[in-house]
Order: sequence, then C-alpha cells, then structure tokens
Amino acid sequence: MTRESQPGPSRASSAAPRATIFEVGAPESACVLAPALDVPDVDVESALPGLARSAPPRLPHVAEVEIMRHYGHLADMNFGVDSGPYPLGSCTMKYNPRINEDAARLDGFAGLHPYQPLETVQGALELMVGLQEALGEVAGLPAVTLQPAAGAHGELTALMCFKAAHTAAGDPRTKVVIPDTAHGTNPATVSMCGYETVTVPSDERGLVDMRALREVLDTDVAALMLTNPNTLGLFETDILAITEAVHAIGAYAYCDGANLNAIMGVTRPGDQGFDALHINVHKTFSTPHGGGGPGGGPVCVTEDLARYLPGPLPTRLDDGSFALHTPDASIGRVRSYLGNFGVLVRAYAYVRALGAQGLLEVSEQAVLSANYLRVLLRGVFDIPYDRTCMHEFVMSSATLKREHGVRTLDVAKRLLDYGFHPPTVYFPLIVDEALMLEPTETESLESLDSLGAALRSIAEEAGSDPDLVRGAPYTTPVRRLDEARAAREPVVRWSPQGE
Amino acid sequence: MRHVPVTCEQREAMLRGLGVSSADELFADVPPAARLGRPLDLPGPMSEIELAAHLQTLARRNAPATACVSFAGGGVYDHYVPSVVDHVLRRPEFFTAYTPYQPEVSQGTLQAIFEYQTMICELTGMDVANASMYDGATALVEAALMACRVTRRSRVVCAPTMHPEWQRTLATYAAAGDREVDYSLAVDATAGVCDPHDEGAGIERLCEGGDVAAVLVQSPNFFGGIEDVREMARLAHEAGALLVVAVNPVLLGVLEPPGALGADIVVGEGQCLGNAMSLGGPGLGIFACRQPHVRQMPGRLVGRTVDVDDRTAYVLTLSTREQHIRREKATSNICSNHALNALAAGAYLAAVGTEGLAGIGRACIAKAHYLRDRLLATGAFEAPWDGPFAHEFALRYRGDVSRMHTAMLERGYLAGVEVARFSAEWPSGGPPVSDEGLVLFAVTEKRTRTELDAFADEVGSL
Amino acid sequence: MYPSELKYDREHEWVRVEGDEAVIGISHFAQDQLGEVVYVDLPSAGDSVAAGETFGEIESVKSVSELYSPINGEVVAVNDALSDTPETVNEDPYGEGWMIRVKMADPSQVDDMISAEEYEAFVNEEA
Repeated sequence: MTRESQPGPSRASSAAPRATIFEVGAPESACVLAPALDVPDVDVESALPGLARSAPPRLPHVAEVEIMRHYGHLADMNFGVDSGPYPLGSCTMKYNPRINEDAARLDGFAGLHPYQPLETVQGALELMVGLQEALGEVAGLPAVTLQPAAGAHGELTALMCFKAAHTAAGDPRTKVVIPDTAHGTNPATVSMCGYETVTVPSDERGLVDMRALREVLDTDVAALMLTNPNTLGLFETDILAITEAVHAIGAYAYCDGANLNAIMGVTRPGDQGFDALHINVHKTFSTPHGGGGPGGGPVCVTEDLARYLPGPLPTRLDDGSFALHTPDASIGRVRSYLGNFGVLVRAYAYVRALGAQGLLEVSEQAVLSANYLRVLLRGVFDIPYDRTCMHEFVMSSATLKREHGVRTLDVAKRLLDYGFHPPTVYFPLIVDEALMLEPTETESLESLDSLGAALRSIAEEAGSDPDLVRGAPYTTPVRRLDEARAAREPVVRWSPQGE
Repeated sequence: MRHVPVTCEQREAMLRGLGVSSADELFADVPPAARLGRPLDLPGPMSEIELAAHLQTLARRNAPATACVSFAGGGVYDHYVPSVVDHVLRRPEFFTAYTPYQPEVSQGTLQAIFEYQTMICELTGMDVANASMYDGATALVEAALMACRVTRRSRVVCAPTMHPEWQRTLATYAAAGDREVDYSLAVDATAGVCDPHDEGAGIERLCEGGDVAAVLVQSPNFFGGIEDVREMARLAHEAGALLVVAVNPVLLGVLEPPGALGADIVVGEGQCLGNAMSLGGPGLGIFACRQPHVRQMPGRLVGRTVDVDDRTAYVLTLSTREQHIRREKATSNICSNHALNALAAGAYLAAVGTEGLAGIGRACIAKAHYLRDRLLATGAFEAPWDGPFAHEFALRYRGDVSRMHTAMLERGYLAGVEVARFSAEWPSGGPPVSDEGLVLFAVTEKRTRTELDAFADEVGSL
Repeated sequence: MYPSELKYDREHEWVRVEGDEAVIGISHFAQDQLGEVVYVDLPSAGDSVAAGETFGEIESVKSVSELYSPINGEVVAVNDALSDTPETVNEDPYGEGWMIRVKMADPSQVDDMISAEEYEAFVNEEA
C-alpha cells in the first residue's frame, strides 16, 4: 500500500471531532423533565436551611434528537469488537453475544433492588450460585465470591484472604513475589494490601526462573502471584514445582486469571497447585468491556481459604432455596451489595450456552488461532520466544527499528489505517518493542489472514517508505495526539469561553 | 460451536499447517499431572432458544422492585431512566470497546468521559473528576487512601452515620493496608447526625493527635440526616485533615455542592444517574477532588489536547499515576472501571439538564416530606428525631417490621429497608443509633401521590 | 553532549561544583531516553539529600523515573521554573534545565563521580 492508495475512508473516518455536548442545543432546550408536582411543594431552603443551591450546575441543554446525534457521532469515532478485529493481547477482546445483553436488561434482573426480601430474588441468587459453581469447576477451586468488580479488585480480595489466613495462623508475612512479566495491577495490588513486592526475573525460555524463585522464597513471603499462561503467552511448564516450592515455605500461590481463555477444560489452576484465582469475566466469559468497564473479577479459592472470603455469599440451602451467608472468618466486604450482577448475568448466559464442550472448544480455538497467526508472521516480525504458544504471543519490531527506524508504536498506528485495532504494545516490559497479539477464538480464518496480510504489508512499508508508517494513522477521526501537552497543561473539564 | 466462526474444515487445515493432528497437541507444555483429563462438570450447552427461555424463567423467579411501589433506598434508588439513555448504551462502538488506550480510534469514549468529568465537577463543585470507580463504597476507600497520601498520615475518622456497607468496605481495606479507621465520632441520637463539636468525641478531640488524614462523612447520611458539612470541614482543616464528603448526586441539582461547603474530596454512588438498579451492581463510583491534589488521585482521567493537524482531541492523561506505569507505587490498583455506567450518567444528565435535575430533586424531597407526614399521621410509626432530611428518612415502626414488610409486599409495596438487616456490617459493632424497629424510606420522583396515600393508608391499617 | 567541566554518575545525573555548592541535573542521554518531559517533582529548599538516595521524580507521558542524588547535603535552591515548563529539561539539560542546588556536606563525594569521557563510554555501552 502506498500513500496514493491509502485505504478509502472507513466508516470511522467519516467522523471528525465535534463540539462538546455543552455547546449543542439552545439554552432553553430540554429533553426529559419531572412531571408536575402532585404533592405540596417543599421549599428547599426552609426544609434544608443553608443548603439550597445558590448557583445551578451548568448541565447540557439539549433535545432528545441532539442527544442521539451527539452520542451517535461519538460512537462513530470509536472502534469496538463489532467494528473489526481487536487482537489486543491479554485483553481477550472476543465477540459479545447479544442475547447476554438482552438477558441483563430483563426487568426481572435489571429491576432488582439489592435490599429486596430474599424470597423476591430467588432467581437472581440461583443464577449467582449457578455461576459460582461453574466458575469453581473451571478453576478447580470450589469456593467462589462474585463480589469483586474487576480483575484488580479480585487480586486484592485474594491477597486480603491470604493475609487474614496468615494472621489467623499467627504467621504474619511481609512480601509478595511476582515475575517481571506481570501486569501492573499485580504490584499495585501488593502495595494496597500492605505488602512489599519482590520481582523475580524470567529465564531464557520466557518462564519463571526456578533458581531465582527459590532464592527469594523465604518465610517472609506471603504469596506468589503468577499469570499462567504468562504474559508472553507461554504456559509455565514448571508450574507444579513452582506451586510446590511456594507451599513449602507456607506461602500461597495466586493465579492471575487474565489468560484463562487459553486453558478452559484442559488444565485448571486448582490442579496446578494454585490456592486462588481471579477470573476476568469481561475477558474469558464474553461480557463486554464497556470502553473500560464495568467488568467482573470473581475469585475462586480452595476449601481451606473459603472461610476468609468476603460476604455475603449466595448459597443453596438443603431445601433447594437460596440465601446469603457470610463465612465465619470473612475479611469483611470489598464493595457494597453483592457484585456486578448485571455483568454476572451475561457471564452466566455465556457459560450456559457453551457448556463443558463449548468452553474447551473456545480454548482450543483461541490457542490454535494464536499459533496460526504466529506462524503466519514468522520472518515478518521478530518473535523472541518462537515456540508453541497459548492464546497469545509476543513479537517485536526490534529489527524494523534498527533497520528502518520504525517502532512498534508506528506499526500499531499504521494498523489503524488498515481497519484493525492494534495489538497490546510495549508489554510485557521484558521484550523490546513488544507487540502482543491475542486473536481470540471469535475471529474467522479470513480475519486472521487479513490481519496477517496487513502486518506483512506494514513491515514492507517500513522498508520502502518508513515515513509513511511513522506518520500514521491517516484515516482515523483524529491523528496522532500531542500527549505531552495534555499532561503538561491538563485540561480535564470543559469550560465556557473566557473562563 | 456457534461462538466460533472457524469451520471444522478450516480448523483441520490450520492444525495441519502447524504440523499437529489435534488441538490437544498444542497443550504439550501442560504437565500431565496438571491436566484435567475429563470433561468439565458443567450443565449441558443450550441453544439460544433454550437459553432465552431459561433466563426468562430465572428472571420470573424474582419480583423486581420496578414492578412494585418501591420505597427501598440505601444507596440504590428506583429513579426513572429516560429511554434515550439505554439507546446510547446499546451502541456497540461504546460497549464493545476496550479502555481508550488508542486515542485515534477512541475519541467517542474519551470525549464522553471528558463531558462526564465536566458534569461531575459541575454537580459537586470540585475541580477534577476521574473517569469512575467501581461504586460509592470503593470510591470512599480510595478517597481515604488518597487523603493519607496527600497528608502523609495514616489514620482516618469515619462518621458512624455513613452507609454501613461502605464502612465495612473501608474497614476491610484498612485492615489489609495497615491503616487505622476511627468510628467513634459522636452522634446526636436526637438528631440522627454526627455532633462534630462533642467534647469527648468531636472532631477536634479525635484529631488532637495530629495524625488524622481525613474526616469522612456522608450527607445526607445513611439515615437520611443532613450533616453539618461546613462545620466538619472547618474542624477537619483546623486539624490539618482533609474532608471527604459522600453525596447523593441526584440531589445536587437543588442542594449546595460539597465544594461550596469546604469538601476536599467528593465521592458518591452514581447508580441514581441513569443506571439500572440491577441488584446493586454495576453501580458508578463518583470521585472528584481539588486541582492541587490531582497527582494523588486514583483512576483514569481524560484530558483535552490537539492532534498533529491541530484538531481538538481527547486522551487519557496523567497516566503516570496509574498501575500500568507506576506499578507498586501507583495511586491505586484500579484498571477496569465503570466507564459504561459513567456514559449512562452523562447521557442521563444531558437528558434531564439543569432544570430537569432540579425538578427531580425537588419532587423527591417534596414527596418524601409528604410521605413522612402521612406515615406519622397513621400512628403506626414514630419519628426517632426531627432533623432536616432530603428524600430518605428513618422512622420507627411500632409493630413487627418483618411482618409489616411481608404484608406490604403481598400488596405490591417494597416498604423501605429495615436497618436491623445491617447489624453485622457496622465495623464498630453496632449502629450509632438504636435500630430497633427502624425503617429507611426513600421516595423518588416516580412515586405518585396516589401511591403515597394508598401506601400510608394500607400500612396504617395493618 | 557531555560537557567536560561536569561530573556524572551512572544514574545519569550531572553535578556542577560552584564553591561549596553543587548544582544537579540530568544528562542529555537521560532526557533523550525519557522523551518529552511533562513533570518534575523536586524537594523543597531546606530538605536534605543523601548520596544514592532519591530526591525527586521526573515523568514523561508514559514513564516515571527517580532522581538520585550523587552527594550528601542540604537543598538551598530548587528550579521552580520546571513546574511550568518541564520541557526545559529536554531543551537545555545542562543550563536552564538544572534541578536543585545543594550545599555539600562532603565535597570529596564529587571526586568519586565519573568524568564526561567515562560517562560517554558508559552510555554508549548502555545504548
């Protein structure tokens, strides 16, 4: 592809920046107003002395048509899974089945108040118990809390349980070990839980360096946090020895479930010796990412740790009805109410639709597609750990950078012109100029081939016309941004002219 | 296999291309002892028709508050959600997108968040609002932790009139993070609010060690009472502490913003702004602060800039605060947030506008006052105190609360929330006022006078 | 690129001795590695610094680096202009982009630092 034959304007590129919603509509416009008051009015200042608002908030003033056009236009400037392939490594951007959306909006789910009497929410509790049982089985860790709102929240919940267990045993500890390939949430969670992070390097295989691990494992260590498969997309072949070494010093093994999509029905974190796992239902279980959330981060633990889980937990009673129960040594609660129920409904619908065979096929296809893509791109980009991968793999633009001055960032931006969302870039940190690709099982063979072809074409452009790649993107609603300006002089809210 | 678009034939060809005969061979790195070796024990798969019927069945086993005349509150409220809000949320470019890390193809999400941040600043009277937290409870915890960073202190005073589940959440985080929370601020049981001037347990006394990072207060509080936020701000600031105020944002069209009362950080549960109740989740954690503290703020933040063609554009900014860059020194571990709920709040606030929000606030307040008078007039309830309140209030039922709740449920009413249900949540061991017979009633703009009259008549004649 | 009148350390700070005071900044190599500097967090006058310990942080859009003091002493002046124009660190790392001025507790510590020539060899190796 040359500059003269850049892709024609895609649907997204027909959109261009527009005014904020505060600048749309006539000053007296309105969309939805409260009905006329049918009870005696109460003067706010006399009912709440000194608290009547003196200057009203300056909210938008728009008619309904302007709202739909405004947000419609904003949506046109966005790229979602429905817009095209989204091979964002570690994020599992799979297709979001639409029946799940409809299910979460059923009045019998969406209309529930969290403090309704339990006899009026039996269906909701049954759904949550069903999801707990299914996730526990996939994890090989039978006790489950659905409370955490996200993966990082799940990590924290699990570490809190470990801390409570160590404290209860009169054996408080101070450190948590993580590999150098870990997601940033892992060390951030460690700090929030009052522990110190100890980092272990990866070895030449891209796996945990067993010798280095044994060196840092002492009786101050509370836990090891490990993503398996790891963020290079490789399965930790020493996993049984790793979890055994962790247990040998009285510490817990924590599995970051970000990459669970690779292994469902093949191997379970519980069977690998892990004591706890969080599941990102917005990755593995197809609930949508929502432009950043909401997600869900259920935590699955061993029977031994069940008594520390946050409460209350939905449970099935002997008579077949459902109730809430808080474990005797519970850490407390990590949020209000019971969890991101609306998200959990979607995850439940997914797991019921697929069943055991369906989930296994998901993982098998996710792994097969990643390996297909890896082989397709061999020789086009550097692939530092070029062996059978799990559901994702990491390649590098190091050669492109050295030979043509084209960096991973440039490749990612150029991919936008070809109609693809870029892979995860510059992660994991141990790979120079990293590009992490996770195609997921919901991309067709045609999609995989076209993604491969686009990346090949960009690599060729890097040689023939590096400035073309370095200047990309050209066809998106906006082009590269001045991010330094945004950070040096932060403008984080709209203000009327002259303020 | 309907979720996987690769055909069996294509799959075979892909496997052949990799030189393997089955997908199972791709898992050779998994040690045999860690292999499951059997199918997962899960219920069988369902066709979409069966699944739709199954989900309908489960949904019908619930009696949603929206199908009742609901007076249940406690952070989640049965407000009207304009139709337009869900039609915005259903745009797949919003809900199927990831976090906007590639700004060139995420301007929709980014601009929507920028507008949401602006609206929250307008409502709260603060300078900066983040892109959202999980819910009000975790936003409160993050505010406490932020105050500790700002002041370099490690203890906070939490008003015992705060929502008990928020207190419990705070206590859970504090225990893990080795921080101390003091719940002993004095409460005036005759007013249902804190007494910040109390000699033995007022703010001045609790802060006299000079180690208190923040005073945390909710107003209206859990019991509906209006705290003296101005005085609490003054006293907290005198002690070198920050004041964190938890708000109900739907009331901020008519009530003074906490920014005008001296708050340093404002948090709140934003479910009431266009989000479904959904059994309490996903909600929306509102978080706003003052400009000088922005580098200690948790969560994502969108800023305005320009692209290479000098066009206005939006981007995630001040990201060095966050976990993916600062790792163990990040301001929080939060990654996924509640962006779609923030989008709903933005669309909701656009739909109602300044006048609409004020109208909703006035209607809630007027209807709550009307209902309280009607309920007291029945003689079945007594007022535990007579302080100012907004759209939620507590009364003592003279009879058996759970029997009353059951009887009213049969008549189609969710007759408020029984405070005693929270008995295990209070970190200090119990409620700050007697919860005997205490019922919380919340009234939204959806309730009609006819419903209020009928409810009072029926509950009064039990 | 590496003025010979300055002394350097392997954390990429430079020191210019002026009487019993030392001016500290970061090298050309360091600012180039960071990219566009967007924020510099510095101590206040009166704070003490110690050799090998951090005295501040410097941020680009997507990275944070700690600033290490090569010497012991007390901060007597801070380059406040960097709070409004942090890009000065990129534009003039050895001049207007200086960071702190320290009253040295032990001037001999400067002697232990490396020369411009040694530093250049060190960064060539790192790159």
